[in-house]
Amino acid sequence: MSAAWGYRLTQLGFVATLLIAWHLSSTYGLVSPILLPSLTASWHEFMLLLLSGSYLPDLRVTLYELGVAFVIAASLGCGVGYIVSRSRYWVRVFDPLFAGLFSIPAILLFPLYVLFFGLGAGSKIAIGATIAFFPVVLNTITGFDYVDRAYITAARSMGASGLQMFWSVMLPAAFPVVLTGLRMGFILAFLAILGAETIASLAGLGHRIVSYAESMDPAKMFSYIFFAILIAFILNVLVSMLEKRVRRGPR
Amino acid sequence: MKRGEAAITVDGVAQAYGLEGDPRRVVALESATLTVARGELMCLIGPSGCGKSTLLNLIGGLATPTVGEVAIDGERVRGPLPKKVAYVFQESALFPWRTVIDNVKLGLAFQGVARAERGRRAEEALVAVGLADFANHYPGQLSGGMKQRAQLARALGLQTDILLMDEPFAALDEQTRMVLGEDLSELLARTGKTIVFVTHSLVEAVFLADRVAVFTARPGRIKTVITVEEGHPRSRGFMTSDKLARLRNELYELLHDEIRKTMGEARA
Repeated sequence: MSAAWGYRLTQLGFVATLLIAWHLSSTYGLVSPILLPSLTASWHEFMLLLLSGSYLPDLRVTLYELGVAFVIAASLGCGVGYIVSRSRYWVRVFDPLFAGLFSIPAILLFPLYVLFFGLGAGSKIAIGATIAFFPVVLNTITGFDYVDRAYITAARSMGASGLQMFWSVMLPAAFPVVLTGLRMGFILAFLAILGAETIASLAGLGHRIVSYAESMDPAKMFSYIFFAILIAFILNVLVSMLEKRVRRGPR
Repeated sequence: MKRGEAAITVDGVAQAYGLEGDPRRVVALESATLTVARGELMCLIGPSGCGKSTLLNLIGGLATPTVGEVAIDGERVRGPLPKKVAYVFQESALFPWRTVIDNVKLGLAFQGVARAERGRRAEEALVAVGLADFANHYPGQLSGGMKQRAQLARALGLQTDILLMDEPFAALDEQTRMVLGEDLSELLARTGKTIVFVTHSLVEAVFLADRVAVFTARPGRIKTVITVEEGHPRSRGFMTSDKLARLRNELYELLHDEIRKTMGEARA
């Protein structure tokens, strides 16, 4: 058996142990069933949820918020990052500034965003876009700032125009770093939006989880938690697949 | 245009960074005057930091001299001249995100060659350097020698009269270097290109060059120019000849003191 399989097996064993511990503690009444429903009941609710399709309205809300937030963060982040990267002075000013702002927990702005944009999708889009903006802008600055001088000199010697320099040299050279920023931004936006939905919202996966918790229906709450995990997993796989497609050719 | 007339004239050229009087001012090249004839291979050799690469960049229009004038075909150089001058750089300046043939084609696109013509010219250039079978490989999949061949193909594709080479074989092992040197000599004999070649290697300089310009230690000047009377293409026989050994020794004598000076400066 190869080493990789050994690691996989240990990982599966770890998750299985957690699930067994959950199952045992709820079966033997170690934890109140109101706090921790039985694993089987939660799984049953999860299956019902999947089969009924009743997750659709909330999923649609969350994905819509994520999509809009990501598009805003990606276009602003790439745009601002590129402009900043054009000047040594601006890089010196803005790179540490954005890095500093990135380290502030942006979720603290959420109450303000609720006041500004309301309880609906607006405040979730705003918080998702705010959080995702930073990794995108920082990686865009780094990506364009560190393009190997040799590529630029070579292109210049062959007569590249400004536009050709951007499209055929700067952009592809900076692209891998920018892409990493976009990926981080996407994941952070998803986490922030789910979190924000659990704080104050009208709909969405996070909203549903909280509302079931508040109505003392923990099995249903867990079914939505499972569902959110499933969606996170699918999004991750999709992003990785997309990334592989875009990063074609060995570097 | 005939062989023998001046292709490149360098007239009293100097290059410095920083303002006059500033203690941080660096004189990269104190003064250089040089004429490279059409169809000639001129090697520039000298200790590190003597300004030989600087001179190459001034000839190619990648930098502007502080003093003096560089002219190509009698016309003053004011910027890159992609139709007249092609470069081969030391490090791999190939674009790693493009295949070998796409690298060559991109150079042609930059130069302004019509799309329809790019494919054919790129293929021809790859055949000329013996890389036709690797057209669809990425630079990362090639050995160091093959990368430099690919760079040479990109430069040849541009079909310029002048080729500037900045220590193109410096990162390669000696055997690969010798083979590429033979190929370059043959190319010169076939195409009649004018080549300016910066190198650190005495043997390489004598083996390749029609004339070798020897630089002094920094601040660099051209100390002397020696002539190698030997037709192209040069054979392996020339590599092991007494003539090459004698010229190599002559070159070493000329350089020896300059290299000592550079090392002394580094130690101080």
